[in-house]
Amino acid sequence: MIAETSVANRLAGKRIAITGSTGFLGTALVERLMRAVPDCEIVLLVRPGKRSTPAQRARREVFRNDAFDRLLEDRGKDEFWAEVERRVQVVGGDVSTDGLGLDDEGRAIWASCDIVIHSAATVSFDAPLDSAVEVNLLGPTRIAEALQDMGVNPHFIAVSTCYVAGNRRGSAPEQLLIDSPFHIDVDWKAEVRAARRARSDVDAESRQIERLEEFRKRAENELGAAGTPLLAAKTEQIRQRWMSEQLVEQGRARAVSLGWPDSYAYTKALGERALVESKGNVPVSIVRPAIIESAWAEPRPGWIKGFRMAEPILISYAQGLLKEFPGVPEGVVDVIPVDLVVAAIINVAARGHQGEDTPGDHGVDITQVASGTRQPLHYRTLVELVSGWFQEKPLYDRKGQPIAVAQFSFPGRGAVERQLDRAQKNLDRADKALKLLPLRGKQALINADIEDKIEQVERASAYVKIYGAYAECEALYGVENLVALHDALDPADQEALCCDPAVVDWTHYVTNVHLPSVVEHARVKTTPTRTDPDARRTRLKKRVLDPQRHLAAFDLENTIIASNVVFSYSWLATRNMGPADRMKFVMKTVQEAPQLLALDSRDRTDFLRHFYRRYDGASVAQMEKLGQELLADHILTKAFPDAVRRVREHRALGHRTVLITGALNIVVDPLKPLFDDVICAEMSVKNGKYTGELLSVPPTGEVRAQALRDYADAHDLDLNESVAYADSSSDLPLLDAVGFPVAVNPETRLASISQKRGWLTEYWSKADGGTDRVLPLGPLPSLRKSRR
Amino acid sequence: MASKPRPNPRPGFVLEVDRQTPPILFHHGEGFRMEKLPVGRSRVIYPAEPLDGMIDPDAEIQDALLNPIEDDPLPTLLKPGMKLTIAFDDISLPLPPMQRPDVRQRIIEAVLDMAAAAGVDDVHIIAALALHRRMTERELRHAVGDRIYEAFAPHGMLYNHDAEDPDGMVILGKTRHDENVQMSKRAAESDLVVYVNINIVSMDGGWKSTATGLSGYDGVKAHHNPATMVKSTSFMDQDNSELHRSNWRQGEIIKKHGPRIFQIESTINTNTFGYDGPLSMLQKREWEWNLKDRSKFAAMNVGLNRMTSAQKRKAFHSWNAPYEMTSVQAGDVEAVHKKTTEMVYKQHIVPVEGQTDVVTMGLPYLSPYNVNSIMNPILVAVQGLGYFFNLYRGKPVVKEGGVLIMSHPTPWEFHPVHHPSYIDFFEQVLAETTDPVEVEKYEKQYAEDEWYRHLYRTSYAYHGVHPFYMWYWCAHAMQYLGSVIVVGGDPRAVRRLGFKPASTLQDALEMATDTVGPTPTVTHIHNPPILMADVK
Repeated sequence: MIAETSVANRLAGKRIAITGSTGFLGTALVERLMRAVPDCEIVLLVRPGKRSTPAQRARREVFRNDAFDRLLEDRGKDEFWAEVERRVQVVGGDVSTDGLGLDDEGRAIWASCDIVIHSAATVSFDAPLDSAVEVNLLGPTRIAEALQDMGVNPHFIAVSTCYVAGNRRGSAPEQLLIDSPFHIDVDWKAEVRAARRARSDVDAESRQIERLEEFRKRAENELGAAGTPLLAAKTEQIRQRWMSEQLVEQGRARAVSLGWPDSYAYTKALGERALVESKGNVPVSIVRPAIIESAWAEPRPGWIKGFRMAEPILISYAQGLLKEFPGVPEGVVDVIPVDLVVAAIINVAARGHQGEDTPGDHGVDITQVASGTRQPLHYRTLVELVSGWFQEKPLYDRKGQPIAVAQFSFPGRGAVERQLDRAQKNLDRADKALKLLPLRGKQALINADIEDKIEQVERASAYVKIYGAYAECEALYGVENLVALHDALDPADQEALCCDPAVVDWTHYVTNVHLPSVVEHARVKTTPTRTDPDARRTRLKKRVLDPQRHLAAFDLENTIIASNVVFSYSWLATRNMGPADRMKFVMKTVQEAPQLLALDSRDRTDFLRHFYRRYDGASVAQMEKLGQELLADHILTKAFPDAVRRVREHRALGHRTVLITGALNIVVDPLKPLFDDVICAEMSVKNGKYTGELLSVPPTGEVRAQALRDYADAHDLDLNESVAYADSSSDLPLLDAVGFPVAVNPETRLASISQKRGWLTEYWSKADGGTDRVLPLGPLPSLRKSRR
Repeated sequence: MASKPRPNPRPGFVLEVDRQTPPILFHHGEGFRMEKLPVGRSRVIYPAEPLDGMIDPDAEIQDALLNPIEDDPLPTLLKPGMKLTIAFDDISLPLPPMQRPDVRQRIIEAVLDMAAAAGVDDVHIIAALALHRRMTERELRHAVGDRIYEAFAPHGMLYNHDAEDPDGMVILGKTRHDENVQMSKRAAESDLVVYVNINIVSMDGGWKSTATGLSGYDGVKAHHNPATMVKSTSFMDQDNSELHRSNWRQGEIIKKHGPRIFQIESTINTNTFGYDGPLSMLQKREWEWNLKDRSKFAAMNVGLNRMTSAQKRKAFHSWNAPYEMTSVQAGDVEAVHKKTTEMVYKQHIVPVEGQTDVVTMGLPYLSPYNVNSIMNPILVAVQGLGYFFNLYRGKPVVKEGGVLIMSHPTPWEFHPVHHPSYIDFFEQVLAETTDPVEVEKYEKQYAEDEWYRHLYRTSYAYHGVHPFYMWYWCAHAMQYLGSVIVVGGDPRAVRRLGFKPASTLQDALEMATDTVGPTPTVTHIHNPPILMADVK
């Protein structure tokens, strides 16, 4: 029998609007309302996705979440979806636009609501300043204004954060900031204008000539000579990223300058302030949770959505990546399980708005949901629990060895940051130096590893920057209102909708609830079984060699043979030379080498054009004859048998095989029988002699990708079902054009790109025992010994 | 040619190893091992010393051509306007290549002189290489001499046989066992084919010269298969060789439907390393090594230790043997070959009493298929299990179910130009199975592969099917032996071959006891120079 005064009863027949339902807190809130308040209706404000309607998004991101597993099991599948259909309405809209982006129908539904719960926020602590301002600062105000606009005044519950109180020591009671003695008077409208201006300022700066050149250089450093279209795309991507980084930095700087740990707390604080000013007649309650973490009990212990707040830190620590983390050992880490926050919100909704619009409370009631004063978890305790847990249940590295976790020595934030800075600088230097070396194959992976490490260190320093402030925060958040709220509940509701932090047993929570859940979510190795390093390769290889594939395109140099156009030219040129001429030739080539290499790394097409002029005047007939010899003496000795075998495997599977290379037809012709087709550079002929000029643009860079596209179209083949093999970042357009790219003996840049994108990487070598001449010169003409 | 033959060459013999026996020389690829064999239960089979060479080979050749066996003198067979084809054995013979002038050069020059005298001007000279790799210019010059090369090669009249030329091969007919007989079209359409042979082992020559040498895949597959090889006990002993019976059946068809064959066969002695010079101790018995031999051997080992494997290979492959001709006979194929075989046996046969539990052999750097090339793992297997194992008459040196221990570095190395299909065979086929009968299932795919065909015809590659033949060559030994152990080989490559790797001979002998029980009898075959065990 449900008591008259029960929460379920009080909210029966009520229509509750919720923003941010796709988030962690929002999803938990919807689930709890569905289950614990059977007679309420729910209206969700959901932003349309890129490719999905708000309804689809809600279905996928809210109701299919495992939070609803319990309800699904209770009700049965059909009944569950019928209930969703009956009780839930989804309205398209967006809190970051004025008027919430509602259409007329949406407005009508919205206007009919009795309660509005605003939990949408940019929770990531490192959001760019302007988007944090749009969502966190202006969101609540927009809702309040929209409600006034509609002429309604439902109970408006805005979810904020305890950290609006800022970085300070001592007690932070449940009161508005303006009522706090430590209040700094900031004009929130000016902050909004400044944030919006910051975006256009940063945008303008990113378009400065020097900046654009710098972005271009960074793109080149990452991709090498990958051709204009790819470099342009990369440059723009880098520019966008740079802008975003600048805005994040500005946000943090502004927040810190005003005494908040980061832009999240800062924008939320000003959001509260703006709401108080703009709420009009709308009765407002503010709920301020501390750091929300996985569920204590509801819908099940350990339930969590997304990889959030402290999880990345915990996992990085368990992986041995984070060896130190700043924090005050005796300080309090104010963590609150999500179900307690949800219960508090529902209880506030059931209780209704409290207080009068009198000076002193501005008609806004505030409930802080925090554990620090009621059931404190000390930083030292947390660290000990976590490190103890991971000592007992370590994560395992790729080789199947357990990872030993470090013991924190609780250093100051500065020391940790300096240490990470140093590591980052050293790694950056190593990365730059390695990129300058002509490394190939497995050595090139060193560089990929370094890039990995750089990323790890960058991530670690980001955590320290973002979360360090929280770990050092020594504010104690008062929870009198919260406790009062809990105490006023019916005894049954005190069980079912408990919001008193005193219920939490931290040791149990950390070791049996939270950590198992985090580890499970992080998909890390928790067993010592050694992952078969070849398993992934085998899987990728199987996909590449699937009979379904249409086409296999191959680059020539360093993919099929360990040679290049200069080598083959040298061989051909010296074939009929005597020893003296050879010497001259070698000296000349050695002198020119640096210039040639520089040209090659700048622009492959220019290089080939320039280089092929050397064939000017060569006799076609003689070259054809030498071509055959070149195959035996030069090409086959330099060929990778695995590559040749791979071409043949593709052919045997019925794939079309094509060689696409900037090498000359003279050199490539002997290899023709290996492939179905050959696309290569061809030189024009005049009077039986080569002219040294090419018939068309040689297939390199983006031209090669286009040539492949044309070829696929002409033969009715699907490039998404095709494979391409190449060795260098200048082949990126070719590799990007197909569905299954394969990096062969990649040089440094391609090695890291290939590793990041999860491509199959092959390391092929020449047949052991092939001749290994230092200089690619043709054999001397046969010495004629006279008989006897 | 520095030659200081012994007045009376001593025959081969079997040494019983006792306490006084010095360490025995084992060839080990491009190097050597000196091994102590177990006292009291080991023997070493030594080859005969080189027979005396002919004093005036050219005169003997003239004599053979003018007084052939069961055939008319060559000049009477040569007519103006006729089509004459001279075919000669390829680079696989002799081993190592002999010092210039090559026997083939001497014989072909004599034949050409007679042809010129008779006014024959349609002459083609073909390297009868069947499915072996084409010979390079340098190798052709070495075999036939510069004078012949320059007179014929530029006009396309001296060339390598091309068994995959779609217009260049004909089928002469089928044998009574339904075996195809295939031949080069030029040879088949000639009025006379003169075949110039060098016999280094008793397997060579006879109908094998023309029926195999000028044939292609269609003809060769009749006898190059596991079933035939298992029935050839051994293929070095013509009277017990199914390989030879099949070739002889093909010979019948050539006699009936093919061109007239004038066979010239020659034999050489075993003067492989010279009577003096840097390697002469290799054909001496260890206890007869003098101070000079010992110091030369020690110095050579010091040198070899400092060289890379490519340098060592180059050094060894530059060795040309000072072989001397011991006989030359011409005329009817079968009659000529009978005499040739007698001469080969005279040089090679060593009588051996009884079989042994374990046979040991030291494999040299060279096999018929890696002249100027690399002895890859498959060639190591065929050298031990195909050639050395089969150099017996009567019974194998080792008992059935016994152990064969061979010593070779067996590197995982392949010549990319000469052996492309070997690389794939090793990586793909042997990774699946080492059973010759199972292996045979992949044969057609390799034999008819366009890329291998292209490389065989235009580059210097062995035919795609060739590694299969190598594996079939081992079939008899594989079926017969209890186990095979390779001393000092690359363990990965050895295991891929289906053999067991051991780091020392002592370890290998220890491992052998698992198969043949404790204290087995051991026999070492001291080859090269070549010997053939006549086991009673």
